[in-house]
Amino acid sequence: MDIISSIFLVIGGLFYALGGLGVFRMPDTFDRIQAGTKATTLGAFSLLLGALIAFPSWGLKLVLIAIFIMLSNPIGSSALAKATYRAFGGPKNLEQDDLNEFLGGKEYVD
Amino acid sequence: MITILVFSLIGLGMLFALLRLVIGPTIADRVVSLDTFNIIVIGLIVMLSFLFKRSLYLDIAIIYGILAFLETIVFARYLEGHYGHH
Repeated sequence: MDIISSIFLVIGGLFYALGGLGVFRMPDTFDRIQAGTKATTLGAFSLLLGALIAFPSWGLKLVLIAIFIMLSNPIGSSALAKATYRAFGGPKNLEQDDLNEFLGGKEYVD
Repeated sequence: MITILVFSLIGLGMLFALLRLVIGPTIADRVVSLDTFNIIVIGLIVMLSFLFKRSLYLDIAIIYGILAFLETIVFARYLEGHYGHH
């Protein structure tokens, strides 16, 4: 049981490191939102699962943290992407911009 | 030994997020890196409570998560209102 918990903890730390590396290395702001949010969500879930296997009596608080991350992380990243689009324009090398047409066809490039 | 490895990986992620926070070209990159940093800090607090075997520290992680979510939303609204001149 200790070995399974350790495996999940190491996977969580690995995905945290990969999320930080993606935020550092990606070329565009939208790519950075993608890498930094999805990888760290999986890292957090894996870390919480490892702690849950090691200490089953902490279940309520750990599940509460997992549910809160599950709810708050996609909402935050979507709000950030929308704000970035409205403030600085969409991705530069895009063939078709559906959101621009949806918003009324105005030019959202600074 | 496992905890040292996990703490090193978490520290590596925090270091990369902080580097992007320092060198980010626009303010949106800085807000994104701060969001990533906050999620990593939640994992760090969970790992600290795992190390010291105190379940009390998990309450700090919950409160930190709520404040981090609020901070992300407020910064996104600020970006949208301040720079969105259309």
